[in-house]
Amino acid sequence: MPKRTDIKKIMIVGSGPIIIGQACEFDYSGTQACKALRDEGYEVVLVNSNPATIMTDPETAERVYLEPLVPEVVAKIIEKERPDALLSTMGGQTGLNISVALAESGVLDRFGVELIGAKLEAIKKAEDRELFGNAMKKIGLDLINGDYARNMEQARAVAAKIGFPVIIRPSFTLGGSGGGHADNIEQFEQAAKWGIDMSPISEILIEESVLGWKEYELEVMRDLKDNVVIICSIENFDPMGIHTGDSITVAPAQTLTDKEYQRMRDASLAVIREIGVETGGSNIQFAVHPETGRLVIIEMNPRVSRSSALASKATGFPIAKFAAKLSVGLTLDEIPNDITKQTPASFEPTIDYVVTKIPRFTFDKFPGTDDTLSVQMKSVGEVMAIGRTFKESLQKALRGLETNRYGLGADGREVAYPDKLEEELRRPNSERLFYIRHALREGWEPEKIHAVSGIDPWFLWQIKEIVEMEERLEKLRSKSGLNADVLREAKRMGFSDYQIGHLTGIDELEIRALRKSRGVQAVFKRVDTCGGEFEAHTPYLYSTYESEDEAWPTRRKKVIILGGGPNRIGQGIEFDYCCVQAAFALKEEGYESIMVNSNPETVSTDYDTSDRLYFEPVTLEDVLNIVDIEKPDGVIVQFGGQTPLKLAEALEQQGVPIIGTQPSSIDLAEDRERFGKLLIELGIEHPDYGIAYDERQACKIAGRIGYPVLVRPSYVLGGQSMVIVYDEDSLRRYMKSAMDASLGKSVLIDRYLENAIEVDVDAICDGQRTVIGGIMQHIEEAGIHSGDSACVMPPISLDEEVMAALRKATGELARALNVIGLLNIQYAVKDKIIYVLEVNPRASRTAPYVSKTIGISLPKLAAKVMIGRKLDELGFAKERSFEHISIKESVLPFIKFPNVDILLGPEMKSTGEVIGMDRSFGLAYAKAQMSAGNALPVEGMVAVSLCDHDKENLLPSVAKLAEMGFEIYATGGTHDFLKGKGVQCEMVYKVGEGDPNIVDLISGKKVSLLINTPSDDKSLFDALAMRRAALTSAIPYVTTKAAAIAAVEGIEALRNGEIEVTSLQEYNA
Amino acid sequence: MPRARKQNKKAVLVIEDGRTFQGTSFGAEGETLGEVVFNTSMTGYQEILCDPSYNGQLVTMTYPHIGNTGINPTDIESRGVQTAGFVVRECTRNHSNWRTTAGLDEYLREAAVVGIEGIDTRALTLHIREKGAMKGIISTVDFNYETLMNKLYKYPGLVGQDLVKNVSTVKSYLFAPGAEPEDIADYYDYTVGRPGQMPAGREQNGRGDDLYVVAIDCGIKYNIPRMLSLFGCRVIVVPASYSAAQIMSLNPDGLFISNGPGDPQGVPYVIATLQAILTHHTDLPVFGICLGQQLLALAYGGKTYKLKFGHRGANHPVKDLATGKIEVTTQNHGFCVAGDKDENGVWHVDDCPELEVTHLNLNDMTIEGFRHRTNPVFSVQYHPEASAGPHDSWYLFQRFVDSIAARKQQRAEAETAPA
Repeated sequence: MPKRTDIKKIMIVGSGPIIIGQACEFDYSGTQACKALRDEGYEVVLVNSNPATIMTDPETAERVYLEPLVPEVVAKIIEKERPDALLSTMGGQTGLNISVALAESGVLDRFGVELIGAKLEAIKKAEDRELFGNAMKKIGLDLINGDYARNMEQARAVAAKIGFPVIIRPSFTLGGSGGGHADNIEQFEQAAKWGIDMSPISEILIEESVLGWKEYELEVMRDLKDNVVIICSIENFDPMGIHTGDSITVAPAQTLTDKEYQRMRDASLAVIREIGVETGGSNIQFAVHPETGRLVIIEMNPRVSRSSALASKATGFPIAKFAAKLSVGLTLDEIPNDITKQTPASFEPTIDYVVTKIPRFTFDKFPGTDDTLSVQMKSVGEVMAIGRTFKESLQKALRGLETNRYGLGADGREVAYPDKLEEELRRPNSERLFYIRHALREGWEPEKIHAVSGIDPWFLWQIKEIVEMEERLEKLRSKSGLNADVLREAKRMGFSDYQIGHLTGIDELEIRALRKSRGVQAVFKRVDTCGGEFEAHTPYLYSTYESEDEAWPTRRKKVIILGGGPNRIGQGIEFDYCCVQAAFALKEEGYESIMVNSNPETVSTDYDTSDRLYFEPVTLEDVLNIVDIEKPDGVIVQFGGQTPLKLAEALEQQGVPIIGTQPSSIDLAEDRERFGKLLIELGIEHPDYGIAYDERQACKIAGRIGYPVLVRPSYVLGGQSMVIVYDEDSLRRYMKSAMDASLGKSVLIDRYLENAIEVDVDAICDGQRTVIGGIMQHIEEAGIHSGDSACVMPPISLDEEVMAALRKATGELARALNVIGLLNIQYAVKDKIIYVLEVNPRASRTAPYVSKTIGISLPKLAAKVMIGRKLDELGFAKERSFEHISIKESVLPFIKFPNVDILLGPEMKSTGEVIGMDRSFGLAYAKAQMSAGNALPVEGMVAVSLCDHDKENLLPSVAKLAEMGFEIYATGGTHDFLKGKGVQCEMVYKVGEGDPNIVDLISGKKVSLLINTPSDDKSLFDALAMRRAALTSAIPYVTTKAAAIAAVEGIEALRNGEIEVTSLQEYNA
Repeated sequence: MPRARKQNKKAVLVIEDGRTFQGTSFGAEGETLGEVVFNTSMTGYQEILCDPSYNGQLVTMTYPHIGNTGINPTDIESRGVQTAGFVVRECTRNHSNWRTTAGLDEYLREAAVVGIEGIDTRALTLHIREKGAMKGIISTVDFNYETLMNKLYKYPGLVGQDLVKNVSTVKSYLFAPGAEPEDIADYYDYTVGRPGQMPAGREQNGRGDDLYVVAIDCGIKYNIPRMLSLFGCRVIVVPASYSAAQIMSLNPDGLFISNGPGDPQGVPYVIATLQAILTHHTDLPVFGICLGQQLLALAYGGKTYKLKFGHRGANHPVKDLATGKIEVTTQNHGFCVAGDKDENGVWHVDDCPELEVTHLNLNDMTIEGFRHRTNPVFSVQYHPEASAGPHDSWYLFQRFVDSIAARKQQRAEAETAPA
């Protein structure tokens, strides 16, 4: 079927900020979709609020709108752009929900926009559990028994009918938010209520528990001619009961016979046809009873998903790209297979390796949460590894996970194991793999571990083989025992040189030299979609230990870009953005770009992004293997965040040519002692500080500097374990935990500049000229991690004198550090004096935000500078000025972690960011809040509870709210203060003081905004309950003075004018 | 439960062009010769092992973990293991599946079939892809390159050989659905996606006993009579050596010609049988699969040729030229019917003007199916019975059953019509 000619302009809705359950995979799918549609000659209008995405580059679509992803705003863009069609399936659940809202409200009909990909009816049939259940029964598929409830009474009745244990799933939530599990009525009461509260339509599904069943996913594609193919089967290592995003998963399915697999395939075909997804990809999940084989269908996603990104990377079959082409009427047989070129896409990929995905958790960021995994997703990222066996891919994935592990244990990093081993094996948790290893070493049989954990024995026996190899190596303890056969066998099981070294008491690099001398070297195989049946024209490679190498490097000038590995808090999509820009830059400059990364969600691991892709863990060993074969002209370490930076020094020592800013400069900037001296030489101020190696020293330094002080371990990212300490007792308490986190190094103690304005500067330097990319003023004051703070470009309250000082200091530091490439400096400005807080001679988290704001890709320029180009010749000789206001706001994952406080602090907690752009600060701020899911109200009731030192500062803002007609409700002290100042307000009780109290008010959704600035004692239960109530009731809230002032300005702007939409191309025209 | 362990006994695979792969032994020890081929299916190694079409071949699985689900009594496709040898990256000793009754290693040992594991199967696959299917020898007893090459030199290979006689049934037998494994029905649920429907033959004919099909066994997989039975036929399986007279004396309503191993030109006697039947019984519905298709083409005067390395797997896209729809198919053939496209883009079977091409392989544009322009005769090169593989092509059984039923009805009407 030829592609449609009746549509010309297509809108794609992105997925917004990175949140738990929705990450870079939708940048990958959206970017692919844009490219595919433009290749077919369509005009693309893209909407997304996330500036750190490749899809929002002005080059990706004809029109890019960095506007809030809410139906009203998207409707305005539709009205302005008049697209012919809306592709609903590329922007995750967010994109799908907006498409549904626009279809249901009649906006699409009004402007003659056709929904393509999945029609409204199909989406509803797949998403509404009741409609879905009926559809499945109609086609003869077995379902889990269950029923719906809209209140607690109904819920109890359903539970009584089904019997415990049960699973609770709220309708229409993302990433399984609000889901739970109950073994008894007490647990049920809590879980059911939580679920009803979480569901936007106050509905939950209560189902028989299939905990411990085998879990599978199939990725399915369909075209308009009703051709249906399966792209990939995925088996969950962790049995049912854990969100698939939190499960270790393996492709292809390992423990199904063909008959069992085909039965699942038949069911999948029937499902996609019955649901009526006309074109594109869907993900279908099944559970299989481990003893009877009973097959039940769990759910279906009528869109591309995290799993389809994984399946695309696992097979080399680009699901989103082809889904976009199918949506305009092409059929699978009309699309050539990208990799083989000769054969069509209308086939089912087959693979000759094993793919393992392991989720990345950050429980350490949220003290007090336990790491038990359940049906609600909690992981923030994932790593994927390819090996010829499960054993190899599992160990590769573990060492790519960035958790300081080098494989499945055997690396000297074992934690103390609890006595309750059985309990830890039964309880799904983020460390369970290591408990399994421990149990096997203790002599547990795989069958026993299976009985406790429900994990299929096949996986456990495979792990046992790894453990047996570990025990064999342990006994060798000498070089002579490490003959070629043993080394090869160990490498084929995925053991890293570090592990082998640890087990035999030899240095990692010595093991490397030894095995190379014995002919045990990594070879690279190609991912080709077809198990070797046809020639692969795309160099998409993974390492393994076999006899034949297929890397076939070219003789071109080439540069390797090291990626950032799995997403985690503090290191996310921003760095992937930079790596991808580097690949584009190298291509433009005629260099061969070689990407190394292990994150399956990203654009960087799309084999289309760079000339060559190595899907490998970003570790010293794995990178050196690639360098050995490619012999690159340069390696870029400054774009992938901390992951490649940590390798810089070791790579350099091995003679690897690092291009751009040299590791010695990076090290100098990180070394406070040496760096402090440099600042003194340059005459640039910095907060007084000291470095403590123990508790006594720490107290002495703090005493000298004066409290409050900011303390943190050196060499950490994202402000991990960083706190503001107000007195000596707290400092002593802190020192213990801090010394652990710094891995035996030191603790930095800085003077904390209260009420200072924090500023970020991103600049680029070519060795001669330094050009400012952007100066960003933080909205929250110093002390809140820059990654969590909102910020604004251009600065709104810095005068020219300060700006000039910032520019001057930045230039001097760039020169002093011999920066070639990107540079980020954090400053604090207090009383017109600028203090340097931190210098990062590398790509920063803000690089994409600045790039979008000024309309120039900084990382792309930086990559060109690194290969010797000059800023003058690249047309970026001076700082850009612009008319609009651009605000970045962070997005926080608190909703996923029950009982965690929502306050911001020096430790970074956000998972993503949004941008708000407009002509005024107020509107830009309002848009940013809207995008961050914290939409500011224009009327209603505001609850106010302020700490003493903010009361005076916030008086004008609260008075303004009252003036605008908001009803003000305030707690005791705040009420008295406001009354005293003549602000009309009502008194509301704190919890325990009387009824109704402020928590009831918030939970009852009577309040449209909560302003709460916490007192120094943040542990007060009352205030915490209030903030959690706002969070779970989805009431907009602000918790800092600065944000409150900005919010009031935003509210005022919203009341005075309507939101307008402007594309990036218009802003930077 | 104590499980089997790897032995680490040496094994070697030598290919006729001299390439050698060192690995370890699994299954039986000893020595075996055959044609080295590869199969890209990720599931279904048990079905593949006992598919008679693999007779005389050393089958390499491209998926590295083979044996994960062990062996069970349901998933067999013939009396036992048919491959001459088995080549895998890693044979699973510790299988896991609720239906498993034995491990792959012991199964092959008991079947006296030699296996080799631990070799770079991808390198081997790419080698075959580049150089074509070649003769090979696996040995766990002889590691002398010269003597192994000598044995290979003496081995005649498959071209022109009659391998059908090795695998065809000796006596005819009636396929009895009642004797099937109990759980088989779970895996052939026709109603999934077709609520309330049954295969037409069943609906029209109850148990379908009056749709009587004779299947010529050139190496038939159990799943073929099983599918015919599911679609309402009563199936009698006869030896490939049956003459036209013997077959027609059974008075069939339809004739089926099965898949089988090797070169179709190695079995001229089946071609002769078919020629006799096709000439004298032009209204008899005939359906051929795989070798069956090649034999039909030869019977009509067409040609077959050997593919470079064949099609073996479960993911090959085939286009039905009548509907334009794509089927994902199971394939297992090293030979192919010769055909081409004319200047108008119309495909034909070489030298067979009465045949019309119905199906094409989209990977390499080879002939995947044809039908007779006037007679109810059709065939496909791939395996609609799947096992292992997708069930996309079940409709062909329906098509066969429909043509049988139509002919029966015509005959009945002719009988009752006034003279």
